[in-house]
Amino acid sequence: MKELKLMKGNEALAEAAIRCGCDAYFGYPITPQSEVLEYLSQDATKRTGMVILQAESEVAAINMIYGAAGTGKKVMTSSSSPGISLMQEGISYIACAELPCLLVNVVRGGPGLGTIQPSQGDYFQAVKGGGHGDYRMIVLAPSTVQEMVDFVKLGFELAFKWKNPVMILTDGALGQMMEKVELFPQMERTFELLPWATTGKLKTRERNFITSLNLQADKMEEINLHLQAKYSKIEKEETLFEEYMCEDADYLLTAYGLVARICQKTAQLARAKGIKVGVFRPRTVFPFPTGRIAELAGKVKGILDVEMNAGQMVEDVRLAVNGKVPVEFHGRMGGVIPTPEEILHKLEEKFAGELV
Amino acid sequence: MNDKKTIDEGTQAEAMEQGNICTRENLIYEKPDTLTENVMHYCPGCGHGVAHKIIAEVIDELGIQEETIGVAPVGCSVFAYNYLNIDMTEAAHGRASAVATGIKRVLPEKYVFSYQGDGDLAAIGTGETIHTCNRGENILIVFINNGIYGMTGGQMAPTTLPGMKSTTSPFGREVATMGNPLKITELIAQLPGAYYVTRTAVNTPVNIRKAKKAITNSFKYQKEKKGLCFVEIVSNCPSNWKMTPVQANKWLEENMLPFYPLGDIKVPNEKEK
Repeated sequence: MKELKLMKGNEALAEAAIRCGCDAYFGYPITPQSEVLEYLSQDATKRTGMVILQAESEVAAINMIYGAAGTGKKVMTSSSSPGISLMQEGISYIACAELPCLLVNVVRGGPGLGTIQPSQGDYFQAVKGGGHGDYRMIVLAPSTVQEMVDFVKLGFELAFKWKNPVMILTDGALGQMMEKVELFPQMERTFELLPWATTGKLKTRERNFITSLNLQADKMEEINLHLQAKYSKIEKEETLFEEYMCEDADYLLTAYGLVARICQKTAQLARAKGIKVGVFRPRTVFPFPTGRIAELAGKVKGILDVEMNAGQMVEDVRLAVNGKVPVEFHGRMGGVIPTPEEILHKLEEKFAGELV
Repeated sequence: MNDKKTIDEGTQAEAMEQGNICTRENLIYEKPDTLTENVMHYCPGCGHGVAHKIIAEVIDELGIQEETIGVAPVGCSVFAYNYLNIDMTEAAHGRASAVATGIKRVLPEKYVFSYQGDGDLAAIGTGETIHTCNRGENILIVFINNGIYGMTGGQMAPTTLPGMKSTTSPFGREVATMGNPLKITELIAQLPGAYYVTRTAVNTPVNIRKAKKAITNSFKYQKEKKGLCFVEIVSNCPSNWKMTPVQANKWLEENMLPFYPLGDIKVPNEKEK
């Protein structure tokens, strides 16, 4: 039997965390995602024994995650842009030490303290590394409250499959808005002694230590090569995307998250005017669906990339398109959400003279 | 390891006949199991080796090697996981107590401790230190205070004494411009979450024994879920103090200890015990 509920994005995400048997959440309040910690503080511990701890800062929270993830437990945190910036050092350590964990960024407008309205200004930070050194997170970009729920489960699966931090890159609008969601049933909290985890050195094995340090350059290079090989495999195996009316499209809108939904409306408006527009939405922004965009680029006349930032994912789109067709960009910043009409207008403006 | 084999194989009489006095019966000192075979990178005379050894001895004596998880800091003891034969996590600079909190919260039945230097614990990690102690996390924090940044080559630490020279206070720490040394242990003793707070040293055999006792007490309190235990160990840094090990221990006695007096700062209430 389906369990349908009307829920706020942040609360649905928190509910999904409890239901997928998450062992611990460490976090710090920040708008627009404080509902996650608030929701979990209600009765998560009573329901499943999940550990909930409000840390003294995002810096402390991510390091609690680092420690707890090292035991092989299912752990997560959430924050919003300035808080995620504070976590970058810790994320770099987690990525290098290859620990599984789930991180959520309910992005708000920046830079600096910025605003509390939705934004996609943290794309570069999320998909290009963010912290120091060459590392990647697996980054899932939901566009509905339903995906906020589904990606919690998927995020933990991928984190443990690849021993890698996974980030859900969402925004203040998705975090705050209410939608109908289908919840999955409560999963059992299970604990498996993993061969690499720091759970106490048994006599039957050597000690486990979790570190990101190696002072020998050649050894550190080996660690880097190993990580890069893993990221390449992730790119081959885990890329997810969604296509909306792309089959016969003359023009493509590329967008992720919330903006992709707005673009669907734009496509409908455009088609009503006789312009064949499709929408391509990466569901994973790392790994990025480079191959599929390259294929589609051979079939369309032009691409308009739309984001709530100054143009970040558009760089990856252009790399994928590799000059085959023009890639234009339209972005709004600082917490402003573009409208479907505005996007259509931009499409007509950018490709003026070409559109039938 | 080969030496051990010799000891175990031969009887005392046989060994004596061969002029070999290295027998199990004659053994008066042995490396604890909780120390690995790795050669330590610490400088000659450094207190870290002693501090590691007493922690290892306590873990052996309490029989908790399989149940103990340590957290190493950034600083000279960044490689503590190479020497302590237990599961360990190497933390980012200053964050060891947060990392230890994460481990303890998901594995509350295990023994968890962090091992941190003065720069790590009392400068960059002050926030984590204070909040971990104030929450009363049921862990042990071992705080090595030698008044200097060792790993990076002798810069001023939060615990550098007034007038004490370092590479970033080459004419001595001038309190008016560089600030005061931080007696963080006294500060932590004020926090309700801290259960047992003590200051020890590793400059003499007597002090080493007291430090070991403090660590033993702390693990026992942790088993009883009493809350946070904080053991400061005043130590030396011959290399960066630019002294011989003997001079360094004498200097510690004459300069560090008057400023950082040894002894219990917060002891458990007897009735509670």
